Amino acid sequence: MAILEVKDVNKNFGGLRALHSLNLDVEEGSVHAIIGPNGAGKSTLLNCFVGRLTPDSGTVMFNGKSLLGLKPHQINQAGVARVFQTPEIFDDLSLLDNVVIPALAKADGAFKLNLWQAVRNRSEVRDEAESILEDVGLADQKSTICSSLSRGDKRRLEMAMCLIQHPKLLLLDEPTAGMSRYDTNNTIDLLKKIGERGITKIIIEHDMNVVFSLATTISVLARGTIIASGNPADIKNDSRVKEAYLGSAEI
Amino acid sequence: MLGKSARSDWLLLIIFSIVVLTAPITLAPIGAGYPDLLQKFAIFGIFAIGFNILFGLTGYLSFGHAAFLGVGSYASVWVFKLFTMNVIPAVLFSLIVAGVFALVIGYVSLRRSGIYFSIITLAFAQMSYNLAYSVLTPLTNGETGLQVRHLAPVDRGPDYVLKLVNEDLRWVDQALGIVEDGIPITNLFGMKMSGYPGFYFSAVLLIIAFFIALRISRSNFGMMLRAIKSNQNRLNYTGINTRPYLLAAFVISGMYAGLAGSLMAVTDPLAGAERMQWTASGEIVLMTILGGAGTMLGPFLGAALIKYFENIFSSINENILQTTFSFLPEPLQELFVTVTSLFVGPGWPLTMGLLFMLIVIFLPGGLMQGFSKIGGLFRREKKPQSQSEKPQAQDGGP
Repeated sequence: MAILEVKDVNKNFGGLRALHSLNLDVEEGSVHAIIGPNGAGKSTLLNCFVGRLTPDSGTVMFNGKSLLGLKPHQINQAGVARVFQTPEIFDDLSLLDNVVIPALAKADGAFKLNLWQAVRNRSEVRDEAESILEDVGLADQKSTICSSLSRGDKRRLEMAMCLIQHPKLLLLDEPTAGMSRYDTNNTIDLLKKIGERGITKIIIEHDMNVVFSLATTISVLARGTIIASGNPADIKNDSRVKEAYLGSAEI
Repeated sequence: MLGKSARSDWLLLIIFSIVVLTAPITLAPIGAGYPDLLQKFAIFGIFAIGFNILFGLTGYLSFGHAAFLGVGSYASVWVFKLFTMNVIPAVLFSLIVAGVFALVIGYVSLRRSGIYFSIITLAFAQMSYNLAYSVLTPLTNGETGLQVRHLAPVDRGPDYVLKLVNEDLRWVDQALGIVEDGIPITNLFGMKMSGYPGFYFSAVLLIIAFFIALRISRSNFGMMLRAIKSNQNRLNYTGINTRPYLLAAFVISGMYAGLAGSLMAVTDPLAGAERMQWTASGEIVLMTILGGAGTMLGPFLGAALIKYFENIFSSINENILQTTFSFLPEPLQELFVTVTSLFVGPGWPLTMGLLFMLIVIFLPGGLMQGFSKIGGLFRREKKPQSQSEKPQAQDGGP
């Protein structure tokens, strides 16, 4: 069953056709990688999922509900979590606070005026936060202020912040961009580990090593539309994909 | 913030209460042990603690908070004029009026953030100031300021509305048959709110205000406000609708300002438009930054320090300096008096300005950062091994 259905999406920026007649189905429980050359429209597509951009036409259905016109917080409350290209975390707060906040957002909804109850007394939220930090291997730094973390650790923390919300769909925008080989491998391991939780994932990635070690389905995006979709082995041998990445064979 | 235990919060509250309530004795040696000044400490302390809920926690810098102070004052004086000189209804009414006013201004100005937010709030405050000064004269009595007067004669006739400015009605007090002799004084069920009782009334409200701010700072709500300051974009993608949180923080801090304004009217039942001027809004920003924005005690300390300088340094004159430096030989004495006299008396803002610059340059976290640095020095001497290399969570104070 498709958890995310994108139909006939068009998006223009002035004269530039960023996306045109784009169709995409993401199966529930799959790890769906979207690859493509620079400027193919990958980030534009992702921004259409999370409410940062609204397509000019077409539909984006998530779990049978349209995501179009919803604000980012409403889309998150519907069950879509996002990992950014550069880790977006609460830099001035401690690691524990960083994971407690999304847990509170999940437990209390988009707005709840709770002026009186101390956060330290929300033991259910706190216990969950501590166990998720344990899962991503950051438990021993839980009272550290996040600005001092390494990029790899920030990425882990951001994943923990998404995972604590038990999202139905996790969007990863180049999760290993700008990382050392060591951090990249760690991130792959972490993603494999959380794969066991059965969260559907969409990964946008340049690093083919990451893509082929994680993805169950791959879609190739070029010039604003999907040119090929299928399992990793098929995509590897698809001539259109080679052409999109390398140009045609004739010189 | 999660690191703060309930016990340390209670301890903080108890120490704060003791310090505030014993201030008349403990501050006497530095010349601040008189009710007028102490009451100012308490009033501006409340104002700064409330301002810190908005600026310190969310990072939204309002440059128009004096408007709520002024509105609170006017609301209180009107209750004194129309109903009773008892302070309780006046304080409650001011809280409500300032809250509603803040809701309206906050709803509009929170559509923008950063410098644009500051400018919108500044514009609103200047607008309020000018309205109070001119157009709204029937409500605010313009330049002269709104003040309480004798009761109106009993048979005032059908045109009493015209007389309202000159004579008060005080329906409740009249109905209760309370006799007035001369200009009435505010009271708490008969206890006159001048001198020490006036200070203690403000002091108790200050402690309550501090307690509420402490609870807010440790609550889920406070956590979200800190998250807004840290990364509002991430918070939106985390499923939080930030606008109502900001609006609630704006209204709460506006009510704190309204309470402070009301207490100013309790001290002296007179409200003038200058209370809403932009300099007054700027002063509260200075107080909060001087003490340490985002900390629990900092804003109160900043407020007390500025009011102390304003009252004590401005009252030092050349004669006092002559006696202070009389132990020096004559030429040196003259030199010292000439130089230092620039910084006291009418020149006190110069001292204040220098102090403010020094603190902002060397201690961007305000006085509280200075204290925690000194505290850190002592701790390091005692047990150097326990110091972790990475900074630990310290947000929220004390």
